[in-house]
Amino acid sequence: MVASVHSSGRGRAVGSTLANVPGSPLLSVRNVTVRFGGIVALNGVSFDIAEGTIVGLIGPNGAGKTTLFNCLSRLYQPTEGDIKFQGRSILNAPSHAIAGIGMGRTFQNVALFDRMSVLDNVKVGCHSVSGAGFVRSALGIGTRAEEARIEARARELIAFMDLLPFQSMPAGPLPFPIRKRVELARALASGPQLLLLDEPAAGLNHSEVDTLKGQIKRVRDLQNVTVLLVEHHMSLVMSVSDKVVAIDFGKKLAEGTPAEVQRNPDVVRAYLGTEAHT
Amino acid sequence: MSTPLQKTAIAAAQAVNDLMRKGAVAVEPAPAAPAATPAMDVATDAPAMRKRSRVLIPALLVLAAGSLVLFGGKGGLISDFQYLQLSLILVYAIAVLGLNMLTGFNGQISLGHGAFFALGAYTAAVMIEHYNLNYLATLPAAAVFCFIAGYLFGLPALRLEGHYLALATFALATAVPQILKYKHIEGLTGGVQGINLIKPEAPFKLALSSDQWMYLVVLAMAALMFWLARNLLDSRPGRAIMAIRDQPLAALTMGINTAHYKATTFGISALFVGIAGALHAIIFEYVSPDSYAFSLSVAILVGAVVGGIASLPGALIGGAFVQVIDKYADAATKQLTAMVHLPIDLEPWTIYGILLITLVYVMPSGVAGGLAQLKAKWKRR
Repeated sequence: MVASVHSSGRGRAVGSTLANVPGSPLLSVRNVTVRFGGIVALNGVSFDIAEGTIVGLIGPNGAGKTTLFNCLSRLYQPTEGDIKFQGRSILNAPSHAIAGIGMGRTFQNVALFDRMSVLDNVKVGCHSVSGAGFVRSALGIGTRAEEARIEARARELIAFMDLLPFQSMPAGPLPFPIRKRVELARALASGPQLLLLDEPAAGLNHSEVDTLKGQIKRVRDLQNVTVLLVEHHMSLVMSVSDKVVAIDFGKKLAEGTPAEVQRNPDVVRAYLGTEAHT
Repeated sequence: MSTPLQKTAIAAAQAVNDLMRKGAVAVEPAPAAPAATPAMDVATDAPAMRKRSRVLIPALLVLAAGSLVLFGGKGGLISDFQYLQLSLILVYAIAVLGLNMLTGFNGQISLGHGAFFALGAYTAAVMIEHYNLNYLATLPAAAVFCFIAGYLFGLPALRLEGHYLALATFALATAVPQILKYKHIEGLTGGVQGINLIKPEAPFKLALSSDQWMYLVVLAMAALMFWLARNLLDSRPGRAIMAIRDQPLAALTMGINTAHYKATTFGISALFVGIAGALHAIIFEYVSPDSYAFSLSVAILVGAVVGGIASLPGALIGGAFVQVIDKYADAATKQLTAMVHLPIDLEPWTIYGILLITLVYVMPSGVAGGLAQLKAKWKRR
């Protein structure tokens, strides 16, 4: 029997009872292949994410980054390979169970609940760690304590992400950078162990990206989450990541520290193109 | 069933679809400045609203019930007939509220809620007629039946969206009156003839007429249903319901079992409409298949749109619209024709059509949304 040291042991997950081995990766992606008809979107990609780190996933457009994200969220089913979270395979879990297992995510195009207030958006983020059902809620019996907990958690994150002035406004018409922050707060609400950020810098200007850098590090340090970051913005990835994984055409090109990956000739070729062969 | 009616239905379905897609927000491209989000004031000012409504709503209820003492009684200002009309408004308000839960808050459209109204009405009528049940006991029975029916219908409907769901529910609405006429269940349903009921007398020797007593019962039920709806929408499952409407995929990744929630919301919506149907049968003293034709489904949907999609107070306005405008537009058109001595004969539904088009253009987010916008404009001055 191996005692679970790292994981906080939220055992609602579907899967085996295998506890996380100390020092073993929080997430391990093994030989994941995704085919859509004849197109191979991911081809045998493997990498690990150690707890408490920030890992950057880079690659040119269409490299398969978002496909990989959607496999992690169980929106796509890999054709081959396995994805293990805290040592357990997640491939048998339904997509709505992923949040409860301990993975939160944001979307490339910011998928907020536009007609709900910022506060309610963040409250929805607490869904997987709360349990009031239809009958009790409609009658208002015994839900007060939980509702107060959700309210407190949501307000805490709204303060954490500097969203106080916007909290009672509908999320839809807010400016894009603020919507991104709302989405991050919502993803953090359930207290995930792994946070998946899909292009958080897309659509942000230079100074906003600088703020984002600080925010991602702050999130890792203060909310105790491990971060997997998909990003095009090289300077952001290189400055915040502990490790970088580069993929292109669905294949892993390189893995290592930001400096190592930047020097890797395959990565340079993927981004700058090859010399013409004669 | 007339073709103009079908056209109205399809137009209404499209309008609802557009509304749901754009949301009330997009109707007026409001600048993102703090004070300038008019249409949503209703929905987002929840804490302030709650404080106000905690006083306002009980006060209104007491007033509504107290009207019996002030204006009722023999030879009072409000006649029995008018009390029946008020009851009907409240009944339709419950139905509109039920549809609103599904369409306004969960983003699923239904052109077939008349079917659940009929199911609730027949549940009440059959139980009173054949099993001698107390009329009040039929309400929970109708609620349970309609919840189950709605949930079961909601399960296959999970695969349908937008126009396809509208068509499936349309089929339901047209099928139910035919099923009620079915020969082999005639013993139970009374076939084409329907079932005649007797209006309940006021208990405890209260000095109230049947209509006055039933007005109190309906008022209490309406208050209960609105209270339940408000509680539900302002809770964890309520937020999940709305999250599914706005972003189904993101809702899924937040851990919301969207299939379960959508089917359950369908059931709850049917439950509300079923209770409205049961109350309608009791106060109307009569059920028949033709009372629940497709036009009823359309009327409920139109009520929801006119009152305001995704608005609780809007449901009350919608209920009034269904009962008052729907029932009297025909007569009003005739009166107008006679009064103005028009050279042409107006079609019976002309006033209804004109009113509907005007409302949808002037207040695209419903009367409730329109009033909220006016209030916001007035405040900004």
